Amino acid sequence: MRRAALATGAVVVLGLPWAVPRYFVFLASLIVVNSIVAIGLNLLSGYTNQLSFGHAGFLAIGAYTGALLTIHAPALPVPAALLVAGLVTAAVGLALGIPCLRLEGLYLAMATLAFGFVVVEAILNLDWITRGNDGLRVPAARLGPIALATDTARYYLTVAVAALLILAALNIARTRTGRALLAVRESEIAAQASGVHLAAYKTLAFVLSAFYTGVAGGLFALVVGFLSPDSFDVFLSVDFVAMIIVGGLGSVPGSVLGAAVITTLNDSLAGFQNYRPLIFGAILIASMLFMPGGIASALRKLSVAGAAGYPGTAPPAAKPRQGDDP
Amino acid sequence: MLSVEDLSISFGGLDALSGLSLEVTEREIFALIGPNGAGKSTVFNVVTGLYRPSRGRVTFRGDDLLALAPHEIARRGVGRTFQNTEVFRQLTAIDNVLVGRHAHLRSGVLRGAFGLASVRREEAEARELARRLLARLGLAEVADTEAGSLPLGYQKRLELARALAAEPRLLLLDEPAGGLNPTETQTLMKLIQRLRDESGLTLLLVEHDMELVMGISDRVAVLDYGRKIAEGKPREIAADPAVVEAYLGSGDGA
Ligand SMILES: Nc1ncnc2c1ncn2[C@@H]1O[C@H](COP(=O)(O)OP(=O)(O)OP(=O)(O)O)[C@@H](O)[C@H]1O
Ligand SMILES: [Mg+2]
Repeated sequence: MRRAALATGAVVVLGLPWAVPRYFVFLASLIVVNSIVAIGLNLLSGYTNQLSFGHAGFLAIGAYTGALLTIHAPALPVPAALLVAGLVTAAVGLALGIPCLRLEGLYLAMATLAFGFVVVEAILNLDWITRGNDGLRVPAARLGPIALATDTARYYLTVAVAALLILAALNIARTRTGRALLAVRESEIAAQASGVHLAAYKTLAFVLSAFYTGVAGGLFALVVGFLSPDSFDVFLSVDFVAMIIVGGLGSVPGSVLGAAVITTLNDSLAGFQNYRPLIFGAILIASMLFMPGGIASALRKLSVAGAAGYPGTAPPAAKPRQGDDP
Repeated sequence: MLSVEDLSISFGGLDALSGLSLEVTEREIFALIGPNGAGKSTVFNVVTGLYRPSRGRVTFRGDDLLALAPHEIARRGVGRTFQNTEVFRQLTAIDNVLVGRHAHLRSGVLRGAFGLASVRREEAEARELARRLLARLGLAEVADTEAGSLPLGYQKRLELARALAAEPRLLLLDEPAGGLNPTETQTLMKLIQRLRDESGLTLLLVEHDMELVMGISDRVAVLDYGRKIAEGKPREIAADPAVVEAYLGSGDGA
């Protein structure tokens, strides 16, 4: 059942560029990029309960790093450029994460919000290299002999990178690191009593989260092809938070679903800019009221209820079904 | 093994502990009793590094615990449970135990991310051990249940399983029988004795259930208003006039 769903999903994802118009291929790439950001944000907010309203800042750092590498070091293969974009952003995540250890809740939200503004300001001030408000045109990147010049080529690149990062996130989630992160969220004192180094794991969450978002930024630069500071405003950070709330805090598949919903919605509402905050607010409130665990947990409950609804296939009562990720 | 000397700590003018000294020797079951608010849990919180005392020394097997962070103290072999259970509510029971195993596992974030064979092997072994521990505490059936949805008695045992997964040398139990029925308390008593006799653990426990305390402790110390008012063998304590006075005076017969 699960295997069949995965196989169907893979066929849909890989076949998509041949079935839909070009614009939707671009939109799908954007969804994939945002999925990576949402997973990164979820590692921080969903796993360790550190809310960030500054992830557009991390995305910008990854995007500009990736773009500048593509421009100034065209011989560098794309995977290497993306890795550097991730690592540079992770280093910034480390620098932000350490002072943020002292902050919680609202104060942390304010600090990360301010970080987002600082990044935009920095891009404007470094205009000799970022071209400030004029924006930066990103040339097609090369993968060996192939230039990634079409939407389809860029789509496959984002899908490949996302697949690797999703696999890595699932692996992290179900082993020692993921459990320690969740333990920190659930009870700091009990986590410490179990030998978990609180500060190290909270900082690690920042670093991991920034790495994911930085790689996504590198992809974003290639997919969009043009960067300017106003693409990374605070509303984008809020969108990312909306993705993980709608999708499901602490869930990797939920991150992907949330990214798909919010990105698509954003695109369809492009003509109604004035009503956007209203519609978004309504969706967020409704999802928190009626789907507190996000789409991920709603689907989980549905599938459990569905299984129990058919006599003969009901799972034994003493063995409740385990979630697909902790 | 654990030595507490001249410990004092206060919270906003209230002296929770004043000049407390205790000496717990290896393989001993040591009980700490006293009326509500006497400072028993505060002793645990100081020993495990959550509270910083204003005065005193705490040493464990030669280490100065006051110089260590809570997770370092845990890694030196001091395990604990909490009075108001602190299970990881949204994690399954087995994942709770696996967090308890944290310090013994090696896989870091990179090796974990790549899902290397060594990580998978380590995980499989840890799961095996966690299942054995759960079974030992009668929790095998609920291994995959979210800890927060378990009844209190189960959560108490789960905390114990999580603490044992770390293979501590000294285990601090804060009211392990609180909320348990008489049968469960009997089982718990036997388990605590087996832990000492078979695994060589040293136990420091806070407990209001006098039957349990008198039944299994080697020595008992009595706290009242942050001071030690008596210490000795269970029989001596039960007969001590100062102890009787403290309990009757507090109007709490526990
Ligand atoms: N973090 C804290 N902040 C302020 N006061 C505290 C704190 N921890 C303990 N106290 C106070 O210190 C005193 C001792 O508390 P403690 O929890 O150690 O008592 P106890 O002996 O464990 O009691 P009980 O049997 O009710 O668990 C109490 O008066 C309590 O209110
Ligand atoms: Mg107490």
